Amino acid sequence: MSHETVAIIWFGLWGLIWTIYFVLDGYTLGTGMLFPFLARNRQERNQLQEAVGPFWGGNEVWLITAGGATFAAFPAVYADLFSFLYTPMMLILFALFFRAAGLEFMHKDDAPLWQKSWKWAFTISSFTLALLFGVAFANLFYGLKIGPSGYEGTLFSLLHPYGLLGGLLFISLFAVSGALWVMLKTVGDVAERAYKVARPASVVATVVLSLFFVATSNRTPLFNNFTKAPILWIVPAFAFVCALLMLLFVWQKRIGLAFTNICLTIFTLMATGFIGMFPNMLPSRIDDEYSTTLFEAAGSELNLKIMLGVAIVMVPIVVGYQLWSYKLFKEKITKETAKGYQ
Amino acid sequence: MSDVLLLSRFQFAITVFYHFLFVPLTIGLIVLIAWMETQHVRTKNPLYRQMADFWGKLFAINFVLGVVTGITMEFQFGTNWSEYSKYMGDIFGSPLAIEALVAFFLESTFMGIWLFGKDKISPKLRAFSIWMVALGTNISALWIITANGFMQNPVGYIERNGRIELQNFWEVVTNPYAWHMFVHTVVSCYIVGAFFVMAVSAWHLLRKQHIEFFKKSFKYGLILGLIAATATPFIGHKSASFAAKMQPAKGAALEAVWETKESLPFHIIQIPDPENERNIVEFLTIPKLGSYFYTHSFDGKVVGFDQIPKDERPNVNIVFYSFRLMVALGLYFVALFWYGFYLYRKNKLVESRRFLKLVMYSVLLPYVAINAGWVVAEVGRQPWTVYGLMRTAEAVSPISLSQIVFSLVSLVLFYTILLIADVYLMLKYAKKGPYTSTATKGGEIQHVS
Repeated sequence: MSHETVAIIWFGLWGLIWTIYFVLDGYTLGTGMLFPFLARNRQERNQLQEAVGPFWGGNEVWLITAGGATFAAFPAVYADLFSFLYTPMMLILFALFFRAAGLEFMHKDDAPLWQKSWKWAFTISSFTLALLFGVAFANLFYGLKIGPSGYEGTLFSLLHPYGLLGGLLFISLFAVSGALWVMLKTVGDVAERAYKVARPASVVATVVLSLFFVATSNRTPLFNNFTKAPILWIVPAFAFVCALLMLLFVWQKRIGLAFTNICLTIFTLMATGFIGMFPNMLPSRIDDEYSTTLFEAAGSELNLKIMLGVAIVMVPIVVGYQLWSYKLFKEKITKETAKGYQ
Repeated sequence: MSDVLLLSRFQFAITVFYHFLFVPLTIGLIVLIAWMETQHVRTKNPLYRQMADFWGKLFAINFVLGVVTGITMEFQFGTNWSEYSKYMGDIFGSPLAIEALVAFFLESTFMGIWLFGKDKISPKLRAFSIWMVALGTNISALWIITANGFMQNPVGYIERNGRIELQNFWEVVTNPYAWHMFVHTVVSCYIVGAFFVMAVSAWHLLRKQHIEFFKKSFKYGLILGLIAATATPFIGHKSASFAAKMQPAKGAALEAVWETKESLPFHIIQIPDPENERNIVEFLTIPKLGSYFYTHSFDGKVVGFDQIPKDERPNVNIVFYSFRLMVALGLYFVALFWYGFYLYRKNKLVESRRFLKLVMYSVLLPYVAINAGWVVAEVGRQPWTVYGLMRTAEAVSPISLSQIVFSLVSLVLFYTILLIADVYLMLKYAKKGPYTSTATKGGEIQHVS
């Protein structure tokens, strides 16, 4: 296997790890965003906490792994991405603090102010994370203001209409995912309220996804790779079809299928983005000569091969025990039995 | 030093201190909880389960903050030390990725299973899950220290394409510097965990409540702590003498050695004067002992600062006093644990109020000691970020002053909020005691030996 091949494989793995993260944390962030609107009392909040409690930590490790994989396999991309986007990265970091602490600390004290503060910390952080990740990845698809001497933009130069549309897209997809997850995991009033959210949210998500694809075609070079190899159109087409199926299943109230399809939508949306970026990892909006490709950023051949070996052994093991934990907690959570984070 | 560099260093130091307030307790306490769960499987005595639940709750609060403050560390190498990351990523990135794949997934997933499955799964599965968490936390220490070990003593690399590239993975993972640090750090973490359990137990024993429960817990802390604290001076000494051999400047700073000397004496009381490159006070001197510490020979030659260029020296005062503080505290712990063991054997623990108070008020000292140890390791390596290869000043990101000011101020603010919440919850739940009614009064639980 040549250095180039293993670098390309790592690009695929890198995209895959990010994608898995968004699929998994999508429902956690969605549950977080909807949290105060779905749960009206402590018992109901317990239900929602327990719906995500056993999984969110393991889900978030996919993000840490994505960061670690970027660092290990593409050090230059890790270094530039994190320092170019310094302020948004910090905001993501702060939101990660309060998402975790909000969820777990909320019920650890009975004072109303305590509970209210952590509840809103949880919700606002979840919302912020969805927004920021959406904006960040839309900007990767769009191209960053990278010039000869590095990043020339600011936080606000990321907030162009396409970037904001990306934020909105993530928010709406995750909201649908969260609402459906709540319906899958719980019974009772919260599940019913979640359904009331899921219906309009699924419409919004599908519309935003369509707009996003149109905007991507008009405003970004992302679809160039697809024009070059038309067979690849299957991926965004699949994303769109899954979104439509999700919409259909939501309205038919076939929640398991709807959730499967929202996950597939997120998966193929991210896949579309990564295929479109290839071989760039940090595309420049100013001029392609300032872009960083995967080949320029790749780690040494030995490092990539060893890390590939580690990933081939470890990822299936991780997926295995994570699937097992989902099986272990497959029972629906009722108001009466829910304990949440005590 | 430029402001961005200074503030970035400041930010890294603050965030790593915060992180290291939570991590040692995670690593130490989880071993005790896993042991309690195992005892529950073996004896079927519900007391052990109550113990695991009570300490597990405190563990969980601490664990969340360990996780979130850890993410900061991963982000920061990119945000604030991008030059470092570009230069070093080929070797430094992989231990971090492996840490996530091998350790973080394990601890986070099984923590979820243990917390939410406690009442659903069998005692055996409970014990298995918590051991997986323990395994995860301990393995994570191994990989992050492997990464740090490279910064202390670069091995298995080649400088190519303007960066450090991996040449021999085996050498990186068997780096003796890293293994010395790993053993020393993990054993110190056990002291933190043991101390924490003993201190909380002492608080309750002093109030004569839940006697059986906390006597038993105290014993668990005592045994782990006794073993760990007794081993630490030997492990620590090996670690320090090895460090001194590999990094002469750090070595010279440990005892503030200004002149290269054979048969170096050791001064119990010593005050260095880095300005004038001498010691102002040298008191209670033991001849030749210094050489023995460094070289395992009373006549061995010890390298002093006279052989080290000025721009390759760390801040002597910080390293010297941190090292002294750590060693003094380490010896204090040995004495305390052995005295506690004596009292326990004589069955005088509960009556020894003074000792219990001493334990209680000493609860923060292991944290001080373990952080002082890291100051020695990290400040002692300066001005290098990667020893001999890259200076800290070359490692910093080309970010603006306003960015670093923004992040530093926000981090301090948010961390303070989180720390206050954490301390509040820890105190609240520690004081509350076990919540199952069967354990509320001493003596109700049968055969607890």
